[in-house]
Amino acid sequence: MAVLNEEQTMLRDMAQEWTKNESPVTAWRKVRDEGSNFDPAAWSAMGEMGWTGVIIPEEFGGSDFGWMSLGLVVEQLGKTLTASPLVASSLAAGAIILGGSQAQKEAFLPRLASGELVGTLAFDDGPRHSGAVSTVAVSEGKLTGTKPFVHEAESAGLFVVLASDGVYLVEKGAGVTLSDRELTDMRDHAEVTFDGAAAERLADGGDDLAEAILDRARILTGAEMLGMAQHVFDETLDYLKQRTQFNQVLSTFQSLQHRMAELFTDLELMRTAVEAGLQALDTGFRVPEAACLAKSRANDVLHVISRQGIQLHGGIGMTDEYDVGFYLKRARVLEASWGNSGFLKDRHAKLAGY
Amino acid sequence: MATAADTRPDADLDAFRAEVKSFLAASFPDSLKGKGNALRSVEGPTDETAEETAWRTAMAERGWGTPTWPKEYGGGGLSKQQAKVLQQEMAMAGAWNPIGGMGVMMFGPTLLEYGSEAQKQEHIPPITRGEIRWCQGYSEPNAGSDLASLQTSAEDKGDHYLVNGQKTWTSGGQWADKCFCLVRTDRSDKHKGISFLLIDMDSPGVEVKPITMISGMSPFCETFFTDVKVPKANLVGEEGQGWTIGKRLLQHERTNISGGGALASLNAQPLSKIAEHYIGTDENGRLADPEMRVKIAEFEMAWNTFLLTARRAMEESKAKGGVSEISSILKNVGSKLGQQRAEMLIEIMGFRGLGWEGEGFTDKELKHVRGWLFGKATSIYGGSTEIQNNIIAKRILGMLDHQ
Ligand SMILES: Cc1cc2nc3c(=O)[nH]c(=O)nc-3n(C[C@H](O)[C@H](O)[C@H](O)COP(=O)(O)OP(=O)(O)OC[C@H]3O[C@@H](n4cnc5c(N)ncnc54)[C@H](O)[C@@H]3O)c2cc1C
Repeated sequence: MAVLNEEQTMLRDMAQEWTKNESPVTAWRKVRDEGSNFDPAAWSAMGEMGWTGVIIPEEFGGSDFGWMSLGLVVEQLGKTLTASPLVASSLAAGAIILGGSQAQKEAFLPRLASGELVGTLAFDDGPRHSGAVSTVAVSEGKLTGTKPFVHEAESAGLFVVLASDGVYLVEKGAGVTLSDRELTDMRDHAEVTFDGAAAERLADGGDDLAEAILDRARILTGAEMLGMAQHVFDETLDYLKQRTQFNQVLSTFQSLQHRMAELFTDLELMRTAVEAGLQALDTGFRVPEAACLAKSRANDVLHVISRQGIQLHGGIGMTDEYDVGFYLKRARVLEASWGNSGFLKDRHAKLAGY
Repeated sequence: MATAADTRPDADLDAFRAEVKSFLAASFPDSLKGKGNALRSVEGPTDETAEETAWRTAMAERGWGTPTWPKEYGGGGLSKQQAKVLQQEMAMAGAWNPIGGMGVMMFGPTLLEYGSEAQKQEHIPPITRGEIRWCQGYSEPNAGSDLASLQTSAEDKGDHYLVNGQKTWTSGGQWADKCFCLVRTDRSDKHKGISFLLIDMDSPGVEVKPITMISGMSPFCETFFTDVKVPKANLVGEEGQGWTIGKRLLQHERTNISGGGALASLNAQPLSKIAEHYIGTDENGRLADPEMRVKIAEFEMAWNTFLLTARRAMEESKAKGGVSEISSILKNVGSKLGQQRAEMLIEIMGFRGLGWEGEGFTDKELKHVRGWLFGKATSIYGGSTEIQNNIIAKRILGMLDHQ
């Protein structure tokens, strides 16, 4: 674990306590069974605790604690699969901080910081992430095109949209239609169609704005995945220590010990990569490389751990009654978000100049 | 044992091929092309349409749903070569075997080997006609990998057994007519105290509770037995022989998981074609994502190696007149490749490969997601990957437990 300052330690401990007591996986199960996007009470609690403003400057109502701090919170939420648009909304805020004018910052950041407004990214034109490219067209401040899979779209009031010539802000309203997309993780996703929707450009972020936003998305998503991987690992280890077959506790079988040792090794490497990504965002040093590393490690390690979680639980792991399947389903959605490992390997090579 | 059919000249196979062709042309309607078999479906049975019934009946009349089983019990009495011809022609016509399920895959072959004449007469014909559904009562909450520690008891009451206990993960239990069960008839010996018993699912005292799976389906159940009376005639083999018979059945189960059933047709639609559809091609007509191209090539090569190995195992066992040692690795390789393919499909399709239900997804895409999740079970049931590896290490490689 990265060395944390006092502020960060407090924030992490608070998030850990809160998720454990107020938002365990049973809370997510309830949200899913009700068919809703998230628990509004939990979301307003997050706002009250200041989590919605962690990366937002103080002058706009945030605490300006930085990305590492936000990552610590998101990791805890990942552990218990707490459904909320915190990641999406923070990414939208991050985009405005990077590329918004003073007026745009004043208009949106305070509302995002309080949690009263939810933002999200609407970037990919297709079902697979393909980098900072889009054919969505803008003419005279009106935006037209379709984004087939947008996270937290139902909850969002503000879309940060990648178009052919830059990144735009679009508020939910006239010219914006949503069509629900139910994915295996049962979270809030929709297809969003813009048909002459009023759009404002984020003009101050330079040419690499879209890439910079995507790097943030990769790293923060990596933090959620880290929490998930850690949780599946811990649960599986507990299960192996308690389940008896052949008159022996499963954890006494050497083959399983070695497997867990290897997963533990992978998990620690994943943690390093994700934390390094968060730190890179705070220092601004080699962010694209760090984002590539964080997300690709997160993809690969969570992929293996989520599969092994099922395998090592045996038949019980295949039941809906057990939580471990939830992690498998959410894992693949996040793996597909903002670049799968193939995409990121290619990007790594490009960044390194080959 | 070699039969006359094994040495038939090829010309005779040609005649047989012609017979199959004309049968299919006459009996298999185009409208059923590519549809699945309700009995084999993991989602549970759907009501048979008149057309489906007609197709099943036509196959049953010839015994071709169970082509190599003896004719006297309703099988097709075909040689392996003829059965292969039948399979090839059916695949070409887009036809499917309407007769399946655990009765065909596991229980039938086991009963043919161990059952009494009366039991074969009673149970095999309805299986060959696809009329009876069987389920497997092996696992219990505390007897999974360690199956022999099962506790469900069958007490000798003179003219019948009285069965008490709980089974779990009974696939298709809620739709099954009968259950082949491992029960404990003697507590003094872990393995020799096990017997193989056939239980009617509608006997008083049998209770079935479906369990929802991560794929959203509920084909597996908890099954409770409370003072269930089972006639003595339903004991297969002798009392205490259940472990031997039960393990034999597991071999059939493993063979089916790795070789036959779902996996045989697994790569029917090549990954490369699907990937071209979702990802597109470059100016040379190659898959636009070079990493995926290499991954698909890797998969196909592994898949071909698997198929070749399966064939080698078959040839070896035929030559040796026993089970080939390498057949032990097939279940693990087959389930691993099946899971790998499903994961790759998800990667290829992106979010479209992760749809749960509703708008925005094709039926195929939605079916695939469920299949991906359900497929995680292939490395757990029928002896998990870990247990297969233990068997390989101990029985084949002679590596002993740490004492
Ligand atoms: C979809 C599905 C359908 C099924 N259908 C049926 C059915 O119809 N009828 C039926 O009777 N059963 C059925 N089963 C049950 C299945 O056979 C058991 O789940 C399986 O035997 C594993 O047992 P378990 O679930 O108790 O896992 P456990 O035995 O608790 O195993 C948990 C994990 O520990 C590993 N492990 C256990 N022992 C060892 C060891 N000695 N060394 C190393 N690793 C070990 C296992 O491989 C597994 O990864 C089904 C299971 C599934 C998932």
